[in-house]
Amino acid sequence: METIIEKTATATTTLTGSQAVLEACIAEGADTIFGYPGGAIMPIYDALYDYHDQLKHILVRHEQGGIHAGQGYARTSGKVGVVFATSGPGATNLVTGLADAMIDSTPLVCITGQVFAHLLGTDAFQETDIINITMPVTKWNYQITDATEIPGILAKAFYLARSGRPGPVLIDITKNAQIQSFNYEGYTPCHHIRSYRPKPVIRKNYIDEAVALINQAKKPLVIFGQGVILGKAEKEFQKFIEKSGMPAAWTILGLSALPTQHPQNVGMLGMHGNYGPNVLTNECDVLIAVGMRFDDRVTGRLDKYAKQAKVIHLDIDPSEIDKNVKADVGVWGDCKETLPLLTLGIEQKDRTEWLKVFASYTQQEYEQCIKDEVYPSSEEMTMGEVIRIVNETTKGNAVMVTDVGQHQMVTCRYAQFNETRSNITSGGLGTMGFGLPAAIGAKFGAPDRTVIAVIGDGGIQMTIQELGTIMQTGIDVKIMILNNQYLGMVRQWQQLFNDKRYSFVDIQSPDYIMVAKAYGIEGAKVEHRKDLQKAIQTMLAHKGSYLLEVMVGKENNVFPMVPQGCSVSEIRLK
Amino acid sequence: METNTEKQEYTITVYTENQVGLLNRIAIIFSRRKINVESLNTSPSEIAGIHRFTIVISESRDVVIKLVRQIEKQVEVLKTYFNTNDEIVWQELALYKVTSEEITERVKVERLLREFGARAIAIRKDFIVFETTGHREETNKLMKALEPFGLVEFVRSARVAIIKESSGFHEKLKDFENREPSEEVIENEYLGKREAVFTM
Repeated sequence: METIIEKTATATTTLTGSQAVLEACIAEGADTIFGYPGGAIMPIYDALYDYHDQLKHILVRHEQGGIHAGQGYARTSGKVGVVFATSGPGATNLVTGLADAMIDSTPLVCITGQVFAHLLGTDAFQETDIINITMPVTKWNYQITDATEIPGILAKAFYLARSGRPGPVLIDITKNAQIQSFNYEGYTPCHHIRSYRPKPVIRKNYIDEAVALINQAKKPLVIFGQGVILGKAEKEFQKFIEKSGMPAAWTILGLSALPTQHPQNVGMLGMHGNYGPNVLTNECDVLIAVGMRFDDRVTGRLDKYAKQAKVIHLDIDPSEIDKNVKADVGVWGDCKETLPLLTLGIEQKDRTEWLKVFASYTQQEYEQCIKDEVYPSSEEMTMGEVIRIVNETTKGNAVMVTDVGQHQMVTCRYAQFNETRSNITSGGLGTMGFGLPAAIGAKFGAPDRTVIAVIGDGGIQMTIQELGTIMQTGIDVKIMILNNQYLGMVRQWQQLFNDKRYSFVDIQSPDYIMVAKAYGIEGAKVEHRKDLQKAIQTMLAHKGSYLLEVMVGKENNVFPMVPQGCSVSEIRLK
Repeated sequence: METNTEKQEYTITVYTENQVGLLNRIAIIFSRRKINVESLNTSPSEIAGIHRFTIVISESRDVVIKLVRQIEKQVEVLKTYFNTNDEIVWQELALYKVTSEEITERVKVERLLREFGARAIAIRKDFIVFETTGHREETNKLMKALEPFGLVEFVRSARVAIIKESSGFHEKLKDFENREPSEEVIENEYLGKREAVFTM
């Protein structure tokens, strides 16, 4: 009798739900997990104890830090970020990060513990209805109450997170399902869900119409977003713009998809974008939008946006086409596939004259705006000069992670990039506190690259606890706090639009160098220009993390600016 | 095209997988935009295991198209259609509870019920429940007519609708199960004639 039982036990693999979760992570190539344990996810953490040689788990200091780190990891590595959190507060702390990942199309799989299935709906300890809470901020979510569902559902979760237009997926697993043992039949990745169409079929007639428009165009302008990066279509994009010599401008999430130095890269779009691309959006004859969604920060006033132009819109998500700006030709599909089709059809062209128009705007912007920002004549240091010196030191090879606010706009405007996946920022949601944890994740996603987090004195204080994660993991992240002693972007608006009624923007800071020191992180504070270059060089040469605080002008503003409710052609240089 | 921005009644038909929580995901699409759902019905469809939502809203065509695209974006949604009232056949069911005393004693009530084609579906000593099906205007009319005679309770169901032009979902589902579905399945029907549909 006994031998028979033994035989059946070896013939089939019995796993617990928790083990099945970790097997799924391994099978999906998720080598790094960001997380925080707690009661309802303890069985998974118990299983993790035996998997530490196959899975790297990074203990963060707050679940929000965990999910932002997951985002940073996903954005630099191009893989799905994995985040673990417990039920109740652990799960609700993920919500900001989910919303951020949703609006910025970042692939994530978040696994939350949940109370025992029999306790669901009883207001049990640390029970929260995370499925319903996260419904509007996830691409998909699902609650597992039975372990046998785990392999299939996780396969679906990873597939959904990364395919089509990527996004965050949340899987809530009740504690009983984590503990439950079941017959494990191996892991089968998911490639097809009958009700889900990750990418639309490319229609040849739209390709032909787009090609015809581009070939007829005298003044075409290409505007590109993160779709180029998410579609891993940087090369295809470059070939496309080079063949017909078109100028290309970027959204802040598209930044770094095209090297800064590329002769056709004409700069940044939107509220704090460059002069030329904004004004000339309203002068071009064909506007070709690639993998971007016409966010209001990019378009300004919609009824005065590119009305003169024929609009071609390439997007993998059909719901984006005609959502904000009506497209004359909507090219549904993955730009990795649609761009080469367009390139094939378009004529080789030289558009030097048209590019010269951009150059003349750049010159005007430089004289009136940029020059004083990057080579200031004032005594006070500016954010722009800090970024300029970073550029000179890194030669454009670093990953720049930013938080949200003035420093973000300045970094996006002035930082130089040679490589794709180098600009990590919270674009759509504008999440203050994103920078530090995202930088940690970015470094885990790109361990061989220099990662510089540029953060304001407001944002750093929102997630400063993640210095603890740096301390414990020994990860190498360079942190630059650009301290203007204000919540600068709000202050700028209050100055420009609220008669300088500075309402609660005057924020005090702790001694950041001491704080860093307490976490075992070296740091320095720069208050005078003469020390700046040296300090940045010291930071970058330092082995391990380093915190550099730079005191910048208190009331410096970010210009140019398209005031809210104004057209892109009403951009102000001062 | 004036009609694209003018509000009118649209019936949205959604074919979905049968999944807990999907109702919420669909409802959120409307509530997030502060759009009132006038009627919502979930039911089985012509295919076992596939659910069919029937949603009625009053909005402009432009808005409806955007909503439909957001609905189709949901992972468990197979297909979404939207139709104006002249493109569908629809019914709503209404129940009316009236005291037996009123019915038995007043001839006028009996005539009313006869006129509206109401059926008695429960007869008790104290009350009688009648049922009619029809368009909203029709069921409203009987409700108004019964009010003076002590209408105790009134309730009306959500709209259920059949699309006149539709040939059902059987063939489409087969297509969905293929790895590479046909163009028609992949895109919304209206995308093919979008030039005729859009203004902005």
